[in-house]
Amino acid sequence: MTRNGPFALLFNALFVLFMAAPLVVVIGVSLTPEGFLEFPPSGISLRWFRAILDNPDFIEAGWTSLYLGVAAASLSTALAVPAALAIGRRRFPGRDLLLATFMSPLTVPTIVLGIAFLRFLSQIGLSGTFLGLTLCHAVIITPFILRLVLASVTGLDRTVEKAAESLGASDFTVFRRITLPMIMPGVVGGWVLAFITSFDELTVTVFIVNPSTTTLPVRLFNHITQTTDPLVASISTVVILFTVGLMFVIERLYGLDRLLVGGEAR
Amino acid sequence: MAFLELKGLTKRFGEIAAVENFDLSVERGEFVSLLGPSGCGKTTTLQMIAGFETPSAGSITLEGRDLLAIKARSRGIGIVFQSYALFPHMTVAQNVEFGLEMRKIAAPERRQRVAEALALVHLEALADRYPRAMSGGQRQRVALARALVIRPEILLLDEPLSNLDAKLREEMQLELRGIQQRMGVTTILVTHDQTEAMALSDRVAVMHRGRLVQVARPLEAYEHPRSDFVSSFLGKTNRLEGKVVERAGERAGDLCRVAVGETVFAAPAPPPEIGKDARPRVIVSVRPEKVEFRAAGAGLVDGTVAARIFLGDHWLYQIETPLGVLLVTRQNVGPAEVETGGSVGLAWDAAQVRLLPFEETA
Amino acid sequence: MAPAAAVDREARRRAWWLCAPALALFLALMVVPLVMTFVLSFHSFGFYTGIEPTFGLHNYLDVLGDSYFHEIFARTFGIALVTTLLCAAIGTPEAYILYRMRSRWRSALLLVVIGPLLISVVVRTLGWAILMGNRGVINTALMNLELIDRPIKMMYTPGGIVIALVHVMVPFMVIAVWAALHRQDPATEQAAESLGAGPLTIFFRVVLPQAMPGVLSGSLIVFSLSASAFATPAILGGRRVKVVSTTVYDEFLNTLNWPLGAAIAILLLVAVLLVMVSYNRVVERRFSQVFG
Repeated sequence: MTRNGPFALLFNALFVLFMAAPLVVVIGVSLTPEGFLEFPPSGISLRWFRAILDNPDFIEAGWTSLYLGVAAASLSTALAVPAALAIGRRRFPGRDLLLATFMSPLTVPTIVLGIAFLRFLSQIGLSGTFLGLTLCHAVIITPFILRLVLASVTGLDRTVEKAAESLGASDFTVFRRITLPMIMPGVVGGWVLAFITSFDELTVTVFIVNPSTTTLPVRLFNHITQTTDPLVASISTVVILFTVGLMFVIERLYGLDRLLVGGEAR
Repeated sequence: MAFLELKGLTKRFGEIAAVENFDLSVERGEFVSLLGPSGCGKTTTLQMIAGFETPSAGSITLEGRDLLAIKARSRGIGIVFQSYALFPHMTVAQNVEFGLEMRKIAAPERRQRVAEALALVHLEALADRYPRAMSGGQRQRVALARALVIRPEILLLDEPLSNLDAKLREEMQLELRGIQQRMGVTTILVTHDQTEAMALSDRVAVMHRGRLVQVARPLEAYEHPRSDFVSSFLGKTNRLEGKVVERAGERAGDLCRVAVGETVFAAPAPPPEIGKDARPRVIVSVRPEKVEFRAAGAGLVDGTVAARIFLGDHWLYQIETPLGVLLVTRQNVGPAEVETGGSVGLAWDAAQVRLLPFEETA
Repeated sequence: MAPAAAVDREARRRAWWLCAPALALFLALMVVPLVMTFVLSFHSFGFYTGIEPTFGLHNYLDVLGDSYFHEIFARTFGIALVTTLLCAAIGTPEAYILYRMRSRWRSALLLVVIGPLLISVVVRTLGWAILMGNRGVINTALMNLELIDRPIKMMYTPGGIVIALVHVMVPFMVIAVWAALHRQDPATEQAAESLGAGPLTIFFRVVLPQAMPGVLSGSLIVFSLSASAFATPAILGGRRVKVVSTTVYDEFLNTLNWPLGAAIAILLLVAVLLVMVSYNRVVERRFSQVFG
């Protein structure tokens, strides 16, 4: 039983087709046995997936993106959790300003952040370094973690902490044994979302990498703006599968809709 | 010196005094209820005893020790919260064990005491469940076990039964009272439910607008309320505005005469709170169960039965009289005594009338 | 016993300490770089001398007085506007359809509809490039069906960029409307039905007005992200259909005229912020009575 009429279902089908089309095409093209782009492929071959192995540039860029995502998401989580605890549960002067500051990377156009980071990092000599990339990514992804952790913190029943305190737990024990486990889904969900955001980031990163720290999206972008061949399709397919895998992890741990809608509505 | 002493306790939030000049002594092993409507300051008082709110003035002492100098986590007070506040990520046993861990009690003794506490609330079988998978009544028991297992000097109960349905609430009231008496733990209950307060406590402390208005045994508070507010808040009553028209002696047993509109009837001598005026305005209170039916013309006042409601174990009547609409309750011991629309006379024993200081509104 | 005021002060100090590490990062890597970029936009650039620390408005005057840049800004905001309208037009009904589905189907479809948000924009745009090329999937299919005899030009056109941007942005619209739909009382629809309203009337007279705050906030997100989008216009528009962000990219990484690039970027930032602030003001005035 669905309450949608036939017209609504047709609309829905077209919408889903529209959303899926570019991804299906990328995966289809990557399976071609030919040396050029064709869709649907004339046969099924993993030739272009093997070709990835002959392109250490891409593999190296993939590892850089992976390390960068883990480092930036972890740094950002470590900073965002205490901030969310303060902002989510206390009223204090400057609170709104702090929140606006931490959410500002969503408002400022990324291209502006990109050149600002480039200018800053090149002045202090960190341009192109892994450290510089990590710090910049941590800034960009903080709003994503902060939003999810804030949702968990404000949804928290504070009497539970009071109960622990009345039973003799110190502030730190309350945090470690009660608060942190209770906000853990938000923290983990935020970390994964931040990791994916960092892993996919192009607009900022394209300004601040150097050849030895090039990330996978930047390498792909540079390649695509020169030429599109089945190789980028097969690499993109790997990226799609990796992301879909992470989506399933999120779905199991936290609920994808909750993660993306921001914890307010299910 | 009393076991727990609250003296001059005051809490202001900005200009507003949530609790003002609150004095209360609680004896060891006693069960006292803080009773009042929402916003009367009872929860704030509880929070101050627990250590989650800092008083603006006043003192709290436990066996002469200053409790305010001690942090909430070191006060050794067991609390059952309205929401139960169970740790959702821990099993029932882990919830109960938590307070013992904080006290660095060795594991074998912890296990022993957890088992005892769970047996006390009949939850031995559910030790490994998570709170999520339990009913409201079961969660309530876990919360109680968690608070009692630390052998608290004081047990604070914050509206513990308000989330349960009516039938379960009554069962839990009996059980709670039983456990409290067996353990002999000094208990303070915060509630807005007067039947619950009267059912459970040795004494009720009625609060109104941040102030303590009367502390007494439940029967005493019900039968001899000291103010219009207490009289109306504890149970149902017929509240009439009247005037003393004839003062006789002031000794116990002496009667006076009061007039409500045109009707004049006898009442006990006015209590000292009413003052020495010759003809003071008073609030006259007569409980519905104290009113009796007579034949029309044979009572103190005549009326017409406007409505009759069947409530199982008793009947509730609304009688239109020259005094206003009066409520009468009768035990259900057979068929109803009067029919809707019929005329009746109403009467009451002069000793059951209560005269209270006049206030504009209750 | 500590007086209440001291407890408050202690709590406030602790709140600031908890925020301090994040604040330090943001001061160093958000505030300082943005100020430096702002300063940079007043410097001048010589082809042989590089960046010179002069201080003047010449970069801004260059951009504001040159029809080449006018065209780029107009194209950028035009693309953003059309993208926003299309996202609202298709994202709103889709969110409502999903909202009415049974939960099992809904979770699966929600995954398909908003899941792409998590997939790299570069990868998704690559898909559109393969679809829209002159010898791409769409043109080949249409020609094989003999519906057209010459390929429709989609790559390197604003239209192509809009289609791909709608794909990138529409999940944000669905999410915003979805959240708004969940805030409404489902009984209002049943109330309308009991009063005799048909499905379309219910949608337009009962559901849409309640979902409007979501449509409006979704539109703002889509517009500001589209106006500053980079990967999609860069891949699908290249040098031929330039937008503000690709122009900034060229100034920084090809021409190396950083001060001019900084000035263009600051103008973009100002324009986006102006749109946001004025939009919020208009929307708030319109809706504060109903949804305040």
